[in-house]
Amino acid sequence: MAKELWKGNEAVAEAAIRAGCRCFFGYPITPQNEIPEYLSRHLPEHGGCFLQAESEIAAINMVYGAAGSGVRVMTSSSSPGISLKQEGITYIAGAELPAVIVNMMRGGPGLGNIAPSQADYFQATRGGGNGDYRTVVLAPATIQEAADLTQEAFDIADVYRIPVVVLADGMIGQMMEAIEWHKPKTRTLPPKDWATDGTQGKRGHNVVNSLFIDAKDCAEQNRKLQAKYDRITENEIRLEEFLTGDAEILFVAYGTTARIARAAVLQLRSAGVKAGLFRPVTLWPFPEQALRKRAQADSVQAVIAVELSMGQMIDDVKIAVCGAKPVRFIGAGGGVIPAPAELVREANTALGRQEK
Amino acid sequence: MSIVYQRSKGLTNAEMHYCPGCTHGVVHKLVAESLEELGLIGSAVGVAPVGCAVFAYNYFACDMQEAAHGRAPAVATGIKRPHPELTVFTYQGDGDLAAIGAAEIVHAAMRGEKITAIFINNAIYGMTGGQMAPTTLVGQKATTAPYGRQKEHYGMPIRMAELLSTLDGCVYAERVAAVDVPNILKAKKAIKKAFELQNAGAGFTFVEVLSTCPTNWGLTPLEAVGWLKENMIPYYPLGVYADRAEAK
Repeated sequence: MAKELWKGNEAVAEAAIRAGCRCFFGYPITPQNEIPEYLSRHLPEHGGCFLQAESEIAAINMVYGAAGSGVRVMTSSSSPGISLKQEGITYIAGAELPAVIVNMMRGGPGLGNIAPSQADYFQATRGGGNGDYRTVVLAPATIQEAADLTQEAFDIADVYRIPVVVLADGMIGQMMEAIEWHKPKTRTLPPKDWATDGTQGKRGHNVVNSLFIDAKDCAEQNRKLQAKYDRITENEIRLEEFLTGDAEILFVAYGTTARIARAAVLQLRSAGVKAGLFRPVTLWPFPEQALRKRAQADSVQAVIAVELSMGQMIDDVKIAVCGAKPVRFIGAGGGVIPAPAELVREANTALGRQEK
Repeated sequence: MSIVYQRSKGLTNAEMHYCPGCTHGVVHKLVAESLEELGLIGSAVGVAPVGCAVFAYNYFACDMQEAAHGRAPAVATGIKRPHPELTVFTYQGDGDLAAIGAAEIVHAAMRGEKITAIFINNAIYGMTGGQMAPTTLVGQKATTAPYGRQKEHYGMPIRMAELLSTLDGCVYAERVAAVDVPNILKAKKAIKKAFELQNAGAGFTFVEVLSTCPTNWGLTPLEAVGWLKENMIPYYPLGVYADRAEAK
C-alpha cells in the first residue's frame, strides 16, 4: 500500500474509525484538538456518533455509558483534561469496561503549557484515579506506530475488558510523517454478553457497576482484577531494542524521547562508543524482566533514562535494573526537549570519557 | 380467585433497603409499572445514581448501569446515542442531580437528549446521613446546617423543574409528589408521559418527585408526609413547567 502523509492526531482519529470505533466523546484542549475535529467530520460518515461534551468529566462518563452498552468508544484529551477524566477511568476500570483513552501530554503541573511533555507517566501507569487498578498504556514513538497501536488498543480493551491509554505527547500529535495503513493482527474477541443493550425479554438484566458494598465482595473483585493484570503482564509486554547487543551505554526512553535517544546512539556509535536504546512500547505493563536481563549484560556500564519530565519512568527503570548497574537521568519538564548532543555528553560522562 | 394487585414485572424480587416511610420504593414501583405497561422492560436501560438509590440497579428488572455521583445524564447519553431504540432513564437524588451533577443535567437538557430523568427531591442528603442539599429549605436543619439553612450563607433552594424548563431541549418537565393516592397517581401519569415522549423522539423529559425522608428529617412517616405538604409544596409548586411536545 502506498505511503500517505498524516498528522499524528488525525492518524489516531482515522485509526479509531478503522478499528470500528462507533462513539467519540471529548472536550477541546490543546494539543489534541485535531482528534475531535477529525472525528466530528468523519465519524458520522461511518454511522458513528461524535459528541462534544460539556466537560472532560461528562465526556468520560459518556464513554462509560457507551462502553457499558457494548459499543467501541474512545475519548482523547491532554494532561489537565486527563486529570479530570480520572473519575470516569477508575469507574471504567472497576466496572471492567473496554474503552480507549488518548492522552497527548503537555507541560504541567497545573495549567503548565501546551508544549510536548511526558510528565503524566506516573498518572498513566499507576492507574491515575482512586483504588487499585491499572490501565494498559501504549506509547507510540512514530505516527505509524500511533496509527497501529490505536487500532490495536480497541482489541486489547475488548479482550481484557480494560481501559487502554494511548500515551503520546504534543510532538507525536502535531508532527506529520509518512505512514501505511495496516490491519492489526487478528485476535479472538469475547462476546459482549455483559452489555446493557436491553434484555429483549431473553435474559436476566445486565448490570454495569463498580460498587461492591460487602468487603468480601470488594476484596474478591480486587483479586479478580489483579489476576487480569497478571495475565496482561504475561501476554502483552512490548518493547523495541536498537543496537543493544554489545552496548556499554543503555539508553531507556519511550515515545518522542526514544527518537532523540536513537539519534544519540548513532552519534555515539560513529564516535566509537557502543550505545544502544531500550524502548518500552507498553509502559504498563513495563518490560521489567527484559530490561533487567539487558542491563545485567557484562557489556553494559551505565543505564540512562531519558524523559520529558523531571524523572518518572526512571523509577521503573531502577526497579528493573535492581542495582545491577548505575542508573543516570537526563530530562526536563515543561516542554524543553533535550538535544541528542546532551545525551552524548551524558553517555561520555558516565563512561568517564572526555568529549573530543 | 383473581389477582387484583401484584409486583410489577419491571422490578426484581430483591428486597429493598429503603427506610420505613421513604418514598423511593413508591417511585421505583411507578417507574417499573410504567415500563411494564408500555412494554419497555426488555428495551429499557436505567442509570442509578450515588445516594440512597445507589442500589436501584438491583431493583429494576431492565438492564442497569451504576453511574458516578451526578454523572447519570452523561452515562445515559453514552447509552442512548449509539442505541436510539432503547428507552434510557436516570434515577437521581437532589445532591446527585442538583449539586455535583448540575452541569450534566443542564447540558443533557440543553442538547434535548432523548432520555428521561426521574429526580427525587427530598431536600436532604440521605445516604450520607442528613447533610444539607441544594434543595434544603431555608431554616430546615441538616447535619451540616445545624442552625438551619441560612439564606445569607447558601442562598435560596434551587428549583430544578423551573430551571430546566427554560431550555428548549427540555420538552417536558413536571413536578409531582409521592405522598398520597391522588398525587401518586399523578406522578405515575407524568412518568409514563415522559417515557412516551422520549420514545416519540421529542427530546429531554424530566419528572421531579417531591419525596419524604423521615429518617433524616427526624419525623415519623406520617409526620413526614405532613411536613412535605406544609413546607415543600409551597416552595416547590406542583405542576407542568414545560410541555413543548405539541410544538414538534
